[in-house]
Amino acid sequence: MTQATVQSKTRVAPGGAGVAKAKKPLSDGKRSERKLGWLLCLPAAVVMVVVTIYPIVYSVMLSLQRYDLRFPDKRGFVGFANYATVLTNEFWWRAFLITMIITVVSVAFELVLGMTLAMVMHRTVLGKGFVRTLALIPYGIVTVAAAYGWQYAWTPNTGYLAQLPLWSGSAPLTHQASSMAIIILAEIWKTTPFMALLLMAGLAVVPEELQKAAAMDGASAWQRFTKVTLPLMKPAILVALLFRVLDAVRVYDNIYVLTNGANGTSSLSITTYHNLISGLNLGIGSTMSVLMFITVAVIAFLFIKVFGTAAPGSENMGRR
Amino acid sequence: MAVVTTRQKASWSVANTIVALYALIPVLWILSLSLKEKSTFTDGHFIPRGWTFQNFVDIFQVGGFTRPLLNSIGIAVIATFVAIVIGTFAAYAIARLDFPGKKLMLGASLLIAMFPQVSLVTPMFQVERSIGLFNTWPGLILPYITFTLPLTIYTLSSFLREIPWELEKAAKMDGATPFQAFRQVIVPLAMPGVVTTAILAFIQCWNDFVFAISLTSTNSARTAPAAIAFFTGASQFEDPTGSIAAAAIVITIPIIIFVLIFQRRIVSGLTSGAVKG
Amino acid sequence: MAEIVLDRVTKKYPDGTTAVAEFNLHIADQEFIILVGPSGCGKSTTLNMIAGLEDISDGEMRIDGRRVNEVAPRDRDIAMVFQSYALYPHMTVRENIGFPLKLAKVDKATIKAKVDEAAQILDLTPYLDRKPGALSGGQRQRVAMGRAIVRSPKAFLMDEPLSNLDAKLRVQMRTSISRIQKRLGTTTVYVTHDQTEAMTLGDRIVIMRAGHVQQIGSPQELYERPVNLFVAGFIGSPSMNFVPGTIANNTVETTLGTIPLSDRIRRSLEGHKDVPRDVIIGIRPEAFEDLSLVDESRGKGVTFTAPVDILESMGSEKFAYFSLENAHVDSEHLAEIERDTGSEDMGTAQIVAQLDARSPVREGKGLEVWFNPDSIHVFEPGSGANLTAAE
Repeated sequence: MTQATVQSKTRVAPGGAGVAKAKKPLSDGKRSERKLGWLLCLPAAVVMVVVTIYPIVYSVMLSLQRYDLRFPDKRGFVGFANYATVLTNEFWWRAFLITMIITVVSVAFELVLGMTLAMVMHRTVLGKGFVRTLALIPYGIVTVAAAYGWQYAWTPNTGYLAQLPLWSGSAPLTHQASSMAIIILAEIWKTTPFMALLLMAGLAVVPEELQKAAAMDGASAWQRFTKVTLPLMKPAILVALLFRVLDAVRVYDNIYVLTNGANGTSSLSITTYHNLISGLNLGIGSTMSVLMFITVAVIAFLFIKVFGTAAPGSENMGRR
Repeated sequence: MAVVTTRQKASWSVANTIVALYALIPVLWILSLSLKEKSTFTDGHFIPRGWTFQNFVDIFQVGGFTRPLLNSIGIAVIATFVAIVIGTFAAYAIARLDFPGKKLMLGASLLIAMFPQVSLVTPMFQVERSIGLFNTWPGLILPYITFTLPLTIYTLSSFLREIPWELEKAAKMDGATPFQAFRQVIVPLAMPGVVTTAILAFIQCWNDFVFAISLTSTNSARTAPAAIAFFTGASQFEDPTGSIAAAAIVITIPIIIFVLIFQRRIVSGLTSGAVKG
Repeated sequence: MAEIVLDRVTKKYPDGTTAVAEFNLHIADQEFIILVGPSGCGKSTTLNMIAGLEDISDGEMRIDGRRVNEVAPRDRDIAMVFQSYALYPHMTVRENIGFPLKLAKVDKATIKAKVDEAAQILDLTPYLDRKPGALSGGQRQRVAMGRAIVRSPKAFLMDEPLSNLDAKLRVQMRTSISRIQKRLGTTTVYVTHDQTEAMTLGDRIVIMRAGHVQQIGSPQELYERPVNLFVAGFIGSPSMNFVPGTIANNTVETTLGTIPLSDRIRRSLEGHKDVPRDVIIGIRPEAFEDLSLVDESRGKGVTFTAPVDILESMGSEKFAYFSLENAHVDSEHLAEIERDTGSEDMGTAQIVAQLDARSPVREGKGLEVWFNPDSIHVFEPGSGANLTAAE
């Protein structure tokens, strides 16, 4: 009750300031508030601009140039030629496809597993803290460290998983399909808990009374889940998916350790990186960087505009 | 809550056990590898037959892991500290104050949060080389601050929003300047959120790999995860398995400690920023 | 101690809505002023403007003759008690109460003395070292009061300070606020939506509706001479009954029967030109009585008979509810009050009569009700103006 009042007041207040800006000279209070707002945001804004905005612009500029560090003399403006080169290149599209497969498959599994784990963490009557602590281990562990664990687990002779009679004799990390499966497995293991935590926050906003009411209305447990819980959790699910999809598209660490892009497992990040650092082709590498950024932006746009995901931190994401 | 029946207990025990196996087996496997004697790496057993701490001794004495570990700790701590300080300022402004440009600030943070780090590697590589930041601590601290800032700003501003708004009005009525209201009322109440956010930011910095391998070339600034990737074993002809596993365990230990101590906070931090709609 | 003047004070939001329009009020030194009205009427906005927590869009506000529109809250020397109490959860009661003094850089010994004194007044001495989380609602409310009185400000602003307390405690705190205010003699502006609080606490009451001041006056004035339908409906509990009426010669036809217009009412009606034939008649529940209990003034009154739907016996009196056909008054002026209390669309018009406890009335049985025709109010339906309120 009190909360609600306080909030509504909070909401009115920002509007109130706007008027003053338009017409009247600001009072001392408002003026100092604005000044303080800018002042407090300044350091963060400066760092973000210097470290990202400038490199982004620089990246776009590089992408319009022929610039290979191995042949620095041939540097020159080539317009969109790099884009044409990349977009007509089969390697780029293969990397694109690989990335999408990894993203879609791992996120799909994570959603189902994450929902299950979220349910366990939310509802367990036994050792709630224990389960949550356990779930945080994969989330917190350094990806590279975990990836080496997976690599050795699947290395013939060395690994306990490679020993399993199911695929005895073969080396899973040397074939495309099994390599992909292992990469996806490593991704799923590491990030399912994160997904589960985001979903758990969504579960927490479904009032217990609603479940009881639905039960009184004759809904079975499954019906309660699909007709009551899921619809109410939709915003949470969308946010969790947005976070994870954007993260999965950037997949790098696991692939680097497990295959380093060998046997047709090179993702966009790996391909871009190889062109940049190993290949030293800044022009092409930057073009790929920009294209990757565009890919990510399109995905985010689709989520926010088409599915109506509340952008994290946006005005309407606050408490409601 | 109803009394927990034995059956419920049993079924939840099973569920909890599955979660435990899920979370622990891969970690225990690395631990097992790190404790195996060199001759038994290829026996494929989950539980080591011969136990040794030699791998741990080796990575510090022969493998030169000390320096990368110190780099990792120093860089992550400094980056986290700076990100928290400037992130707290920005989060306070966004959660509490009214000023034009707020949306821009949030939008820019979101942009950076979803930005593929690899896309930044080239230009940063170029820029850092030309201004001498390449392969230095600040050369990594800067991108780390930047990429933890969105997390910091979002998580903290959602924590700050939980603080009753009227308290600040009350402080103003009690004669406080905006800064006094911030320092004496908001900061003490925000501390738990700040600590939580700092842990999350630290984990993020600790975890980074892309920047670490791209923006460093020697052990003078290379962090632990990157160093592991460059492990070749104690000598050139030796299998690095034991060293890599031992190093992986070493960098996992701080995470485990954090998780054990701050489980509640990490959970609340991860869930607070993301889902409120 | 201060006098506060609001001179055509206006609050406009950027979306064009006006929260407060041309608010004029002269608050005398030591006066206890109540701002009351349904939610969204602008009373809290007005209070925030006095506090300096919201900008004034237009007009001027003066405290002791000094223009304060641009003065920051902390420089206005005004204390405020919030609805949520807004106690600092990380400070003890002592630190909470002493906070304004600490900010004002008062020396420690003085702070201690003043906090102890305030705690004494408010019976908070045993709780000084506790944190707000460990206090009951009533104790928290007193801490909030303590923080306000400790620095002897020019004025107190109170924003529904009692609305989070249960009914019994509210009555208790009401009297103690009144006592403290009298003792300290500090000018007080008090916002509430509870008309009982308004009637019991205020020297004067300002009734607001949709950003506009409806009437300013003493509780008695507002009760006896409400200027319009809105004020009439808002003040008084249970609220005034309204029925449609048609004026003919010296009487008015209503579902309650034909009511003769008393000399007083006739005179005030004559004071207005263009009195419409169709009017709204208002009668307070207290004006009704069970005919069987009325003796000497029987002949001077009007009576009607109606079946009692519901009877509520309060011990000291009885409330009888009647449903009357064709008696529903459809007025936007009343609709707003009904919306605020959630009683809109409740069906047919209901008439409430407050009867003496001795009345033998029974639920479901008919009752002969008596009332004095001089106690009615006549309202103009369009503007809602009370045609019988003497100027």
